[in-house]
Amino acid sequence: MSVQFGNPDRPNSYIGKTVPRPNAARLVEGRGKYVDDIVLPRMVHVAFVRSPFAHAKIQGIETVDAASVKGVLRVFTGADLAEVCTPWVAVLAHLKGLKSPPEHPMAVDRACWVGEPVVAVVATSRAAAEDAAELVDVDYEQLPVVTDMMTALDKDTPVLHPEMGDNLAFQRVNEEGDLDAAFAGAHKIVSAQFSTARHTGVTLEPRSILVDWNPAETQMTAYHATQAPHMMQTVLAKHLDLPESRVRVICGDVGGSYGIKVHVYPDEVATAAIAKIMGRPVKFIADRLESFTTDIHARDHKIDAKIAVDKDGKILGFDVDDWTAIGAYSVYPRTSAIEGNQVINLCGGPYDFADYRAKTTVVFQNKTPTCQYRAVGHPIAVAITEGLVDMAAAELGMDPIEIRRRNMYADDAYPVTSPAKMRFEGLSHHQSMDKLVGLMDYDALRADQAAAREKGIHRGIGIATFIELTNPSPFMYGIGGARISAQDGCTVRMDPDGSIVALSGVTEQGQGTEAMLSQIVAESVGVLPSKVRVITGDTQVTPYGGGTWASRGAGIGGEAALRAGRALRDSILEVAAAMLQADQSNLDIRDGEVVDSESGTARMPLEELGRIVYFRGDTLPEDLPRELVQTRHYITSEYPFAFTNGVQASYVEVDTDTGEVKLLKHWCVEDCGRIINPQLVDEQIRGGIVQGLGGALFEEVHYDEDGQLLNGSMADYLVPMAAEMPDMIIGHVETPTKESALGAKGAGEAGTAGAPAAVMNAINDALRPMGAQVSAMPFTPERILRALGTIEE
Amino acid sequence: MSEMFRDKVEIDLTVNGEAVQARVPAGQHAVDFLRQELGLTGAHASCEHGVCGACTIRVDGETVRGCLTLAAQLDGADIWTVEGLSDTDAIRDLQDAFVARNALQCGFCTPGMLVAVEELLAKGGVPDRAVIREHLSGNYCRCTGYEAIVDAVESVAQKRTGKVTS
Repeated sequence: MSVQFGNPDRPNSYIGKTVPRPNAARLVEGRGKYVDDIVLPRMVHVAFVRSPFAHAKIQGIETVDAASVKGVLRVFTGADLAEVCTPWVAVLAHLKGLKSPPEHPMAVDRACWVGEPVVAVVATSRAAAEDAAELVDVDYEQLPVVTDMMTALDKDTPVLHPEMGDNLAFQRVNEEGDLDAAFAGAHKIVSAQFSTARHTGVTLEPRSILVDWNPAETQMTAYHATQAPHMMQTVLAKHLDLPESRVRVICGDVGGSYGIKVHVYPDEVATAAIAKIMGRPVKFIADRLESFTTDIHARDHKIDAKIAVDKDGKILGFDVDDWTAIGAYSVYPRTSAIEGNQVINLCGGPYDFADYRAKTTVVFQNKTPTCQYRAVGHPIAVAITEGLVDMAAAELGMDPIEIRRRNMYADDAYPVTSPAKMRFEGLSHHQSMDKLVGLMDYDALRADQAAAREKGIHRGIGIATFIELTNPSPFMYGIGGARISAQDGCTVRMDPDGSIVALSGVTEQGQGTEAMLSQIVAESVGVLPSKVRVITGDTQVTPYGGGTWASRGAGIGGEAALRAGRALRDSILEVAAAMLQADQSNLDIRDGEVVDSESGTARMPLEELGRIVYFRGDTLPEDLPRELVQTRHYITSEYPFAFTNGVQASYVEVDTDTGEVKLLKHWCVEDCGRIINPQLVDEQIRGGIVQGLGGALFEEVHYDEDGQLLNGSMADYLVPMAAEMPDMIIGHVETPTKESALGAKGAGEAGTAGAPAAVMNAINDALRPMGAQVSAMPFTPERILRALGTIEE
Repeated sequence: MSEMFRDKVEIDLTVNGEAVQARVPAGQHAVDFLRQELGLTGAHASCEHGVCGACTIRVDGETVRGCLTLAAQLDGADIWTVEGLSDTDAIRDLQDAFVARNALQCGFCTPGMLVAVEELLAKGGVPDRAVIREHLSGNYCRCTGYEAIVDAVESVAQKRTGKVTS
């Protein structure tokens, strides 16, 4: 069946419309059910004693005082848990050379970062567990620390994991063409050093897990704030030696994820191990300091990069040397080499050029492990690329829009393979740029900038084009051996009254998954979206799937739902045709009624069909199939990833006396293929932009040279708040992927990918007449003033 | 931790219009008391530092951080949380506007955000966007980027003052 999604007059036209999210009405009344809201009979609480040192040998652990606190039931060491839980090693076979030592749920004889769990105290209340944790006496012998990224591989730097041989976790060069020749023949070469700060996600709901183990029925149930319940089911089963069928992961409401809640955290596995030992429900809710010291960090990169251009502004090549430090362990099971790998895959992404060399060097250090966080690697690659393109334009005296137009892949060039060997099925850089220029009224904005400059007000315009990796295939993780599902499934069922239940393997983290799925199922079956109940986040009932990561929910989960919905429609019509003595091909389902597809005349409500199938099946022909439950799975196969594209613009005002940057306005034109719910897509983009703006202006995890984390509270780690954020104009171009019938690509990370580069370029546009330039994020007042020479070392 | 924090204190208060009597540990925060003892899980504990606003509740007409207030301080107080404000339809227009404008994603900040917004709206008039943003600058939302929240607040203010009829 071919559906013309572009035709707004088609029947059941819910794909492409803004419909309300089914779960929003509940959440505004405070009726959400997050993990910490769940209380189970005999439930106990665990609090962790964490390493106060970045690197220390554990000489002994004294727990007598802690155990004597009223309410304390058990105290566990790393060695205790190692008896019931096997360690993990976070490597991927396709990231050649990636290494990392085995990691246990709690440190066994050595702690490698401030915050690593060392002892677990279980008590009848969280307060008692915390009180007792303070009385645990761990005898540490401090060891030399590795904290500086750039000297981690030096001969005289201690080796963090001696059995690994050195501090190099991973290194890769992505090379194409003859870069040296391209640079030798260049009209201009522009080089710059960039750095992106160490960030963390700061989910408002801290990491949360409640695990129950019922030995009488050998059943583990984990209520978990996670993006990937099936992955967690597999991980818990494997490391706690249980069949997957005996591990049920339930993911109810989740208070923000952004990539933070897709990883395996030692303290969460420890909680499951403790539940298995104690045979009762154990709850762990991270407090805010634990969030800062143990949620994954990300984006800690330093880059030397160069661009070569000819006299017409044609890009000849990029040369990128990227370094990142990932903390003490590669994070399981996605690994901590992906971010650097993404950087060297994505630099130069929008542009048609020939010669490329990008190298990433990934090192260990005694800090919190880093891993995938919203828009993995993209904000870094886009900052490098777009920063260099703007600097080259300035050298050539060329307008930043013009240099991009001269270099972006033509909209009819596809399919193409980039010098970084990324395959693009269909992008719309020029159409998107044209739309952006119109939305922001570029010429008028330049005039405003000039008028302001006359008055001594320094405003700047920054542009950032970008590509975004979405709809990942097994090429992302599966081929490397990780049990992370790239396929996803959906079961769609008709209940006797004609209402529909859809069970999906993708998950809801607030982005609107359930609304998106309800629209797709409603359209594909032929009922109102309000008649579709969507169930996600329960491994015992939903088809096996990957959950939420790499902007895959709509593109992968949505396509599975579309196919399942269509299959159910066919099953319903097969029964209807028999009941109505009609030709199935002349029937359709619209708004919950079987109708003649030509005339639209109502023939039978689904409720009647349900009554006959479920209660009077005796009246149907004996051999008539009556399968009103259909399951379909979907996986991409033609392309490793469905790339999206877009372009952002930022308009800023820089106060050259105080160094403060004021965000005046922000624009984004984005092409995520088929848009299922325009409002949800716009709000994903707005939220993503603001997360990127945080990285551009505020966010940085600070450590001292001993590896002590210095800003572990929300008063000290600054995140974007309402007062500093701009209004954002969002526009779209739609280039559906041809791989699926739905045509949807991902939209959740585009905002974060492009915003920091747009702001950097805007600031530099404002500062350029003063000969100042910044390229180290976040762009704090201090850094702006140093660039201006107002303050010096 | 001091033993004193575990001393029990008798409190007698009104929560969402219902009389409550309790014996609470001296060290227990108001948000923990509401969540753990009364089952009012709408207000959330998040930064536990008074910075993020997820635990915002109304105490004697004032907007208060549930993580910076001790339960023991609530003796004699009149408390409203999102549950009571919902049951009485006191902020129904605001909740509807949040849903219509998708001014929430994960929803974790929303109960506190709504209490903070209502404090501003109760002053009357239509605050301009900068004033709305400033008023909400103590309520952290990582999901929305705030614009949808500002839009929803603005639309409710306009409707309440009769500036728009839609």
